[in-house]
Amino acid sequence: MTSVLYDAPGPRAKRRNVILSVVFVAVLALALWWIYKTMDDKGQLEWSLWKPFTQSEAWTTYLLPGLADTLKAAALSMVIALPLGAFLGIARLSDHRWVRVPAAVVVEFFRAIPVLLLMLFANEFFARSTDVSSSDRPLYAVVTGLVLYNASVLAEVVRAGILALPKGQSEAAQAIGLRKSQTMTNILLPQAVTAMLPAIVSQLVVIVKDTALGGVMLGFTELLNSRGTLAANYANVIPSFIVVALIFIVLNFTLTSFASWLEGRLRRSKRSTGAVLGAGDVDDLNAAEVGGTYGTGADQ
Amino acid sequence: MFDFISDYDDPTLLGAFWMTVKLTVFSGVGSLIWGTLLAAMRVSPVPLMRGFGTAYVNIVRNIPLTVIIVFTSLGLADIFGVTMGAPDDFELQGFRLAVLGLIAYTAAFVCEALRSGINTVPVGQAEAARAIGLNFTQVLGLIVLPQAFRSVIGPLANVLIALTKNTTVAATIGVAEAALLMKEMIENEAQTLLIGAVFAFGFVVLTLPTGLILNWLSKRLAVKR
Amino acid sequence: MKLRKVTAASAAVFALALTATACGSDDGDSGSSSSGGGEKIKIGIKYDQPGLGLKEPDGSFSGFDVDVATYVAKELGYEADQIEWVETKSADRENALSRGDVKLIAATYSITDERAEKVDFAGPYLLAHQDLLVKKDADITEATDLNDKKLCSVTGSTSAQNVKKDFAPDAQLREYGTYSECIAALQSGAVDALTTDDSILAGYASQDQYKGQFKLAGLKLSNENYGIGVKKGDTETVNKVNDALKKMVSDKSWDKAVEANFGPAEYKNEPAPEIGNIVK
Repeated sequence: MTSVLYDAPGPRAKRRNVILSVVFVAVLALALWWIYKTMDDKGQLEWSLWKPFTQSEAWTTYLLPGLADTLKAAALSMVIALPLGAFLGIARLSDHRWVRVPAAVVVEFFRAIPVLLLMLFANEFFARSTDVSSSDRPLYAVVTGLVLYNASVLAEVVRAGILALPKGQSEAAQAIGLRKSQTMTNILLPQAVTAMLPAIVSQLVVIVKDTALGGVMLGFTELLNSRGTLAANYANVIPSFIVVALIFIVLNFTLTSFASWLEGRLRRSKRSTGAVLGAGDVDDLNAAEVGGTYGTGADQ
Repeated sequence: MFDFISDYDDPTLLGAFWMTVKLTVFSGVGSLIWGTLLAAMRVSPVPLMRGFGTAYVNIVRNIPLTVIIVFTSLGLADIFGVTMGAPDDFELQGFRLAVLGLIAYTAAFVCEALRSGINTVPVGQAEAARAIGLNFTQVLGLIVLPQAFRSVIGPLANVLIALTKNTTVAATIGVAEAALLMKEMIENEAQTLLIGAVFAFGFVVLTLPTGLILNWLSKRLAVKR
Repeated sequence: MKLRKVTAASAAVFALALTATACGSDDGDSGSSSSGGGEKIKIGIKYDQPGLGLKEPDGSFSGFDVDVATYVAKELGYEADQIEWVETKSADRENALSRGDVKLIAATYSITDERAEKVDFAGPYLLAHQDLLVKKDADITEATDLNDKKLCSVTGSTSAQNVKKDFAPDAQLREYGTYSECIAALQSGAVDALTTDDSILAGYASQDQYKGQFKLAGLKLSNENYGIGVKKGDTETVNKVNDALKKMVSDKSWDKAVEANFGPAEYKNEPAPEIGNIVK
């Protein structure tokens, strides 16, 4: 696949690429060996530290329940934050002042406060004015905090996407007699969402990871919090961090791969998506691959 | 009600937030540079660079920041001996390690925001640039990136605001910024909500102007199409 | 994406938020009223401190705090299977009590004046001191030895603040999120000592994985009176818990619990404290 950003590589460029690749692989191998050697010297590779992860109890008592809580909180937050974010983003672009200003206030306010504190306040709110049982409350508080923050961020992403679209798009929509709401939903929003997909997916990944904040003060037993309990038992801090990091990578990688698959399907079904025309069929390692427009598809 | 605040002098409330600002500025500049380089790698003609950029972004942004920051100290400094030129000064070492971790993490988001921006630049721009004989570096540096930057000031503002708040994670390796002072206060005063409100206000004061100024900038600099 | 879907979803969200606020706006502290009978009792503990409060791989709980709490609960009329353990993080302890999320808290909860304004304390049931955990062959014998040493403690904890302000302002202090991380740093040689309450240190030193590697320096740098937190104003429960603690000491269960949890660490514990006698 060629890209719009550069010409197809000639014989010299190809040769240079091969040499670069060989050097890079050599350096990488050297670095990995050094990491292995140092960890071995410091006794971090001792089997006793890693053995717990081969036993079922470490998983059934700590990691899997933690993972379940992380997934629950993340899924709920995404499902609520995505539409709410789109709504707030559109509202901020409204022609009516009374829609625009409140939306702006909400967005600016909630993205200014650290999520951890939002969760803390949400927890207190649920305790004081609802009947949510104390065992469910951390989940509610975590989801509320994540939704308020991430909906605000997503609103900004959507708004930026809409503003970046060529003016001709909305003008053409007006010219063929579409109403403002039709222009927004049928013309602008789909293009903006497609163009901004990498940023949106990044934000979904942030949601998954930020569930970890619930464990800091509220005792929400998500994955990272469970890791602490696990490490206290098996005395394997560094291995436990590595294992949990791997779980998060796999989890988020699955999420981003799914998003890019979905996006590919959307694109196939609607051939013309304005700003990001000319997408190749890119489904490689590249998770949040959107365009391919500028040659981001890896070697094919 | 707030008189306990004056009991803290090492650091003071303002001093702790000043540390937050310093972390934000250093990491912000660093991650903008590293993030731009990563974005350039991801669209570059060299397959290897594309592969590296892709792998980097997909690994780093998928790990919780807490894990990355703890790793800089517990792994990088303690096990691999990377003490950032300050082996015997934990304060300085912690600060530098935290900045390093924050740059490594935030750059992945800068990169993705920029890639979104690159997507909004019409294809014709790059095609025209190539037609007049510009090479890859020139197409990207002179034509595409300047337009891309201007269209993603909004998302970049998000990243910067997120970074400001993410500096609180530096407390997990003992950098004396706002979140660490907050923990000390909560430990001593037993008034979690009140103290939380004070610090939430502090962060609003820091991030709200950032959001508003960059929002105004993004309107001013938007590429008219 | 159709606007209809978006609006419907956000409408649903708002409706949810409204109902959530509407249904319970009148009663603020309904959760605290349950007590006694065949019901469960909720007790707040730490989940990640070996020797004091630890969630074991089989899902059970162990530690001195857990043993004390179990004994107290029994005296209050709750069998072991009627106890529901709840993890209470340090920052959330006062709020968890005042909201009524938990009836009691036994989670290395030192009695201080500031805390006593927010919650009531029964006990103390253990007198601990800030101390150092060092490698077996280290020679730190006095607090003044600390100034040129590298220490580790938990971010924002009282122990960390004490080091900075009082004992060793010139020492290099590294702060981590949990003690496990400090132990890892101690093991790798990045720090010379881990400092916090000797009871917590003894718990770590008695763990199988660390047995024989570390020792307590025995410095007694501060007095930490561990109490059982009770909701402010609940004098009845405070008295019952105090009676239970007295009984626990007099029937030697207290000594057994100390031996079982801290024994292997050569931890020289203080004798059982007198109820209400807070050592400053």
